[in-house]
Formats: sequence, C-alpha cells, structure tokens
Amino acid sequence: MGFVSRGFRGKRRDNVSSSRLPPGQYVVNDFPVLSAGPTPRVSLDQWSFSIEGEIDEPKRWTWTEFLALPSETVTKDIHCVTKWSKFETTWKGVSMDTLLDGVDTAAEYITAFSYGGYTTNLPLEDVMDRKAWVAYEFDGQPLHPEHGGPARLLVPHLYFWKSAKWVRGIRLEKEQQPGFWESNGYHIYGDPWREQRYWGD
Amino acid sequence: METAEMKLDGNAIGGLLREIFRMEMTTAQATCGGCQAVNPIGRVDVYMKAPGTVVRCPDCEHILMRIVHGSGRYWLDLTGMRSLEFVEA
Repeated sequence: MGFVSRGFRGKRRDNVSSSRLPPGQYVVNDFPVLSAGPTPRVSLDQWSFSIEGEIDEPKRWTWTEFLALPSETVTKDIHCVTKWSKFETTWKGVSMDTLLDGVDTAAEYITAFSYGGYTTNLPLEDVMDRKAWVAYEFDGQPLHPEHGGPARLLVPHLYFWKSAKWVRGIRLEKEQQPGFWESNGYHIYGDPWREQRYWGD
Repeated sequence: METAEMKLDGNAIGGLLREIFRMEMTTAQATCGGCQAVNPIGRVDVYMKAPGTVVRCPDCEHILMRIVHGSGRYWLDLTGMRSLEFVEA
C-alpha cells in the first residue's frame, strides 16, 4: 500500500491510432459515387458469379441460385483512397467463406473481375474468416447500379477500390496479378491504417 | 443518367496533360488501340471521379490512357493508345 504509481496505468499504444478514422481520411455522410467508366447495366437473368482459376471444378451461380445461398447482414466502416470514410454502412450479401466452402486450392491470391472490365487483386486470406462478402443490398435496398449493383465485393478492411463494383467472379491464383489500379500507381495491398495508397507507401 | 453525369470530354484533362507534357494537348490526335478510331484528345471520354483519371475512346469505350497523380508523382498507362500525334511546341 502506498506505492501506487499512476505511470503504470494503461498500455502504451505504440503509435497505433485509437481513432476510428484511418490517417489522412475525413468523414462523409453521403455516399460518393466513383467510376472509371460507363456504368454496366446487367440484367438479373444474365448475371452470374463464378470462381475459376486454381480450382478443379469451377463454380458458378445464377442470380436465383446466389440469392438462395445463406446471407449475412453486416455493418462496417468503409474507407476510400480518395480520402473519404463512411461509418456504419449496412450491407446484405454472401460471405466469401460461404462461396469458398469446400474449395481445395493451391492459390494464395485472388483477382476479382467485374462487368465492364475492372479487376482488383487481393491475398486469399484477406477474403477469408468473415472479412469479405459479395453484397447485393445496401441499407436494406437492392444495390443501385451506380454503387456496383447487382452485386459488388465488400472488403471493408482495405481501401474501397478493392471492393470491386459489378463483380462477376474471382480467379484463384498462385501468383499475385496487379489489378486495374494496382498496375498503375496504387498500392498492391491497400491497408488504410498504414496509409498504403501508392506504390512505395 | 449517372453515367452522363460522370462522363466528361477531353477538355477536362487539358490542364492535367499540360502539367505532364508541358504543352497544349487537347488538339493531339489519339489512335485507339482497340478500334483504331482517331480522335482529338478534346473529344475523348474522360472519367475523373475515381482514384485516377481514365480516358476512353468515344467510339468504342476502350481505355486509351490511365493517369494517376499522387504523393508527388504521376503514373501514366498509355498502352491502350496505338499512337498519339501532336505538333511540336
């Protein structure tokens, strides 16, 4: 008794920000629309989602089959590399764990590919363990085409360019193939908490 | 509707291209690597509300150029253009 030192209370944070906002970001309340080209218009009877590449039997779901898969509703903060962040966005979709269930693969990476030609690369482990979804509802409504509908990838722990709009499938790959932005200046991984925006960050 | 709002013409990148090429480029003639159509830069399709600037052929939507500017650097991908012709300064 009597030797209480206030200096030993709490843990050091080692420069890890306790903020909910990653470095260099600001908060928005609207939902900005970004686009690198014309908005693809995909009719639901033509839509499908595929898993191909390093897989013995490629998988493919039609829209009706996809909606019949077990779905999850998740609420996540999202962070765009153009510096806006939006807190507590609510999505409904199918987790990548569900889509990859039972898949035996030697792949360590994936490329997500979209209607309209967009691609983005991710380590396979970054879409496992409830870290990624293929979302088809936002805020309780069908996902609007300008935000990536019928369905988009949702990988909220990385910059939002990784959450490919109009996603059409993933390719399982042994080697990492830089995607649309990653091949021309943007960071191969894109962790907002380490501010990995550009090559060399 | 939102597509029309996002799409600009090539005059929108006149300033950006002047930073890079140090001369007026909107009258330069770009040959599309996809459909071979020739268009002046001032008439191409431009999408700027994105992590970078994406320049597309107005005839076939093929990507002509991708320009990323950040952290004191530029990255230019010109692989979609077969040729870019411009008059010397």
